[in-house]
Amino acid sequence: MSLVGAKVLRKEDPRLLTGRAQFVDDFKPTNVAFAQFVVSEHAHANIVSIDTRDAMKMPGVLGIWTSHDFADYPDLPGGLPDLERPPLATGRVRWAGEPVAVVVAEDRYAAADAVAAVRVEYEVLPAVTTISEAVAPDAPLLFPHHGSNSIVTVPMVDDLERVMESCDMRATLHLVNQRCAVVPIEPMGCLADWTMEGLTVWATFQAPHHLRNKLAAWLNVPHTQCRVIAPAVGGGFGAKIVWSPELFVTPLLSKWTGRPVKFMQSRTEAMLQMTHGRDQEHDLEVGFDKNGKIKALRFVVTQNLGAYPDPTGLGLPVLTGWMAAGCYKVPKVQTAFRSVVTNTTPVAAYRGAGRPEATYSIERLVDLVADRTGLDPVEVRMRNFIQSNEFPYETHNEAVIYDSGNFPEALRECVRLLDYDAVKAQQAAHRNDPSKPLIGIGFSTWIEIAGFGPNGSLEGFGHLASWESAQVRIHPDGSCTLFIGSSPHGQGTETVVSQIAADELGISFDRINVVHSDTATVIQGIGTMGSRSVPMVGSATKVASQRLLVRAKKIAAHLLEAAEEDLEVANDAFSVKGSPGKKVGWSDVALASFQPLRLPPELQAGTLEERLFQESPNFSYPSGAYGCVVEIDRRTGKVKVAKMVLVDDCGTVINPLLAEGQVHGGAAQGIAQALYEEMKYDPDTGQPITSNLVDYLIPSAPDLPGFIPGRINTPCPNNPLGAKGIGESGAIGSPPSVVNAIVDALSHFGVEHLDMPVLPEKIWAAMNSNHTTHNANGAGR
Amino acid sequence: MRRIEITINGRKHSHEVEDRTLLIHFIREHARLTGSHIGCDTSNCGACTVLLDDEAVKSCTVLAAQADGQSVTTIEGLSGPFDGLSNVQEGFRQEHGLQCGYCTPGMLMACTALLNENPNPSDGEIRHALEGNICRCTGYEMIVNSVRWAAENAGGPK
Repeated sequence: MSLVGAKVLRKEDPRLLTGRAQFVDDFKPTNVAFAQFVVSEHAHANIVSIDTRDAMKMPGVLGIWTSHDFADYPDLPGGLPDLERPPLATGRVRWAGEPVAVVVAEDRYAAADAVAAVRVEYEVLPAVTTISEAVAPDAPLLFPHHGSNSIVTVPMVDDLERVMESCDMRATLHLVNQRCAVVPIEPMGCLADWTMEGLTVWATFQAPHHLRNKLAAWLNVPHTQCRVIAPAVGGGFGAKIVWSPELFVTPLLSKWTGRPVKFMQSRTEAMLQMTHGRDQEHDLEVGFDKNGKIKALRFVVTQNLGAYPDPTGLGLPVLTGWMAAGCYKVPKVQTAFRSVVTNTTPVAAYRGAGRPEATYSIERLVDLVADRTGLDPVEVRMRNFIQSNEFPYETHNEAVIYDSGNFPEALRECVRLLDYDAVKAQQAAHRNDPSKPLIGIGFSTWIEIAGFGPNGSLEGFGHLASWESAQVRIHPDGSCTLFIGSSPHGQGTETVVSQIAADELGISFDRINVVHSDTATVIQGIGTMGSRSVPMVGSATKVASQRLLVRAKKIAAHLLEAAEEDLEVANDAFSVKGSPGKKVGWSDVALASFQPLRLPPELQAGTLEERLFQESPNFSYPSGAYGCVVEIDRRTGKVKVAKMVLVDDCGTVINPLLAEGQVHGGAAQGIAQALYEEMKYDPDTGQPITSNLVDYLIPSAPDLPGFIPGRINTPCPNNPLGAKGIGESGAIGSPPSVVNAIVDALSHFGVEHLDMPVLPEKIWAAMNSNHTTHNANGAGR
Repeated sequence: MRRIEITINGRKHSHEVEDRTLLIHFIREHARLTGSHIGCDTSNCGACTVLLDDEAVKSCTVLAAQADGQSVTTIEGLSGPFDGLSNVQEGFRQEHGLQCGYCTPGMLMACTALLNENPNPSDGEIRHALEGNICRCTGYEMIVNSVRWAAENAGGPK
């Protein structure tokens, strides 16, 4: 029986369910000390002086370091020249929460006491936290030598004005894709132990080899003396592939104190220091005919990068522009972007990273076209879809060639599962009955870019390469270890690759184990990000297993005195087709593989080991159709998601249970962005005002709906599994479906757009503003 | 500093601690039981949830000294007839109620307390009972399914 496609329970679970998994903060080596950072209390200021004298006298303090102690070390990797981030703020602080000094003490209580006793004198400067403030003519500059807060500008080649003028109708929209905090439940942490043999770092990170490469270069030590381990990792969602100072500073603190040193963020520190996501503003225009056919799209992105340009953050508006036209055939598309720095936490990847922003805008625009033409939003989508016989489909950007999909079928399935006609009838009935909540229905037919990626794609973000590695090792007893370059932290990749290898090798699932996330044991790796694990490392596992099996069959054939091509493998044994009694166990084949006297002459001992760096000719393009029904309380504006249909096309599904879990989690984050979450700053002081989980609303169980899953399958042609990846789908597809539903519910109030998070107060105001049109241009500015 | 004694999972742990030591730090740093986690500093996330004399509490908002002489059950103290796992633990395994697993120990303790009080909760009651426990991975539906599985299998393997 094939395990690929089966609902297999996870290998990872027993250790996590019993408290036996080891997260970074669970390690406590002998004599370990604790580091804590002194952080800026101002959004923008010059550092006048740092007085550590009182703090140094406090019990348990081992040392305090400031930027001049790091003068011999470069800035953090991957920034832009002259705008790079130093390991500790140097001369100037650029956001409230930026690390200024670091204390090492005997334990975390002593470290916290000493941090409170460090006195930093600041000369406060005016701060900018929003895009509009940052680009104002007289704006205070974060990097005066740069001369502007605008860091990167990529203009349009053609503003499409002539095409727009020729369209029957045109509509504009300015919208805000608000700043979100990533909030993995385990904050950032690392433990460094620099001994005579070299450095070992345990870090809660999504790409340990990537960190090893950068850290060794930064410290100027050979890779052989720099081992990085990502033990159990409590969620990442993109924020744990970022160069934060603690990853670089903590190893030096270990070197300087001669002790293992641990750093573990508190939640408040994480809210300020862990990179945020999204924070784009879009200026959009769409031209279309009266039949709802879209003719032209102008898509201008402004990215708030926060205080320093992060290498991933710099890529976000690029990805947004790539995916601007979604799953629609738009004859003319022009994109442009500008990225600006502000006195806020740096912005980088958050589940979807640039693609949720694209999807949100195009899906809001399609509903705007429906609204203006009086057509049903489903009909407008159907009229504009790329058709299933048009793949590979070249988009407006040469880097983006959609590989496969069936958008009409996905939407039809979504409409069916939503019971659209019945809900529409209910909506009409409710609208005329003041005792009933308002009902709104919203769709999102989305496509994203995943499976990173083809050669060159991740190199652009500073990675070593874009392949992923798998190594298959058969032990003398016929059991199997898979070493994978991915670094899973909740995705269930150990289970998934074991399913794939079990099918290919005929070895029992329970006799396969998976090693990952340790640079000393895994040859090389790139990491877990960009919904790449199943398409990349899953494919690597499949192909490496197939190659190994060829040699295993030679050994089995030799032992059985049979022809290789007559052998089949299943249930931990090789047998001769048609002669079920003639078989040899995997354990005996494995044993023979280490015994030269039992091997066929062309093979050498140790042959049952295979490693592969799997490359991919293209990205993968997961897609789907989501449908949302909301109920809005007429008195309070409170939104209840009454129904959420999630039809996904991720190509081949390895494990439906895990795939569904990924979609649920992504959808939860997407609904949360639509309804609840926003990282906010005080406009006068630049102080963050949502810097803990009291003020920043992460939904809990009563705040979210149940989900109605659906699935279509168009296999990905670019990898041997046919898999597209599914880690980010939910977060990409769900926000516009929720907002479209809310706007639909309020359409009779003249509402055309409301910015996320669509809080009850925004809805209440829209319902109580004398029916003035909430014009797309007015809302959200 | 004072010496306190807390019984954790049936074993007495006696240590000298500062008055300000939190129960979660006593459990993790002094008793060295690291299954209970810390996910926030405002008692919102529930990753540190343990049973204190059979009541679910967030151990980051209890001083260790307050628990002097009392009994605590942590994730390491759960066990049962499902290959050593309790019905709640096995329910989470069967219904994919966890992904990264960081919130899971607190979630399991909150669910254990819920089922002790209400052996057959509705889905709405499950969601309400878990509102103090944040999970960023699952979207909660599979956690609800896990608790329902645990309720239906409270009698042990069928």
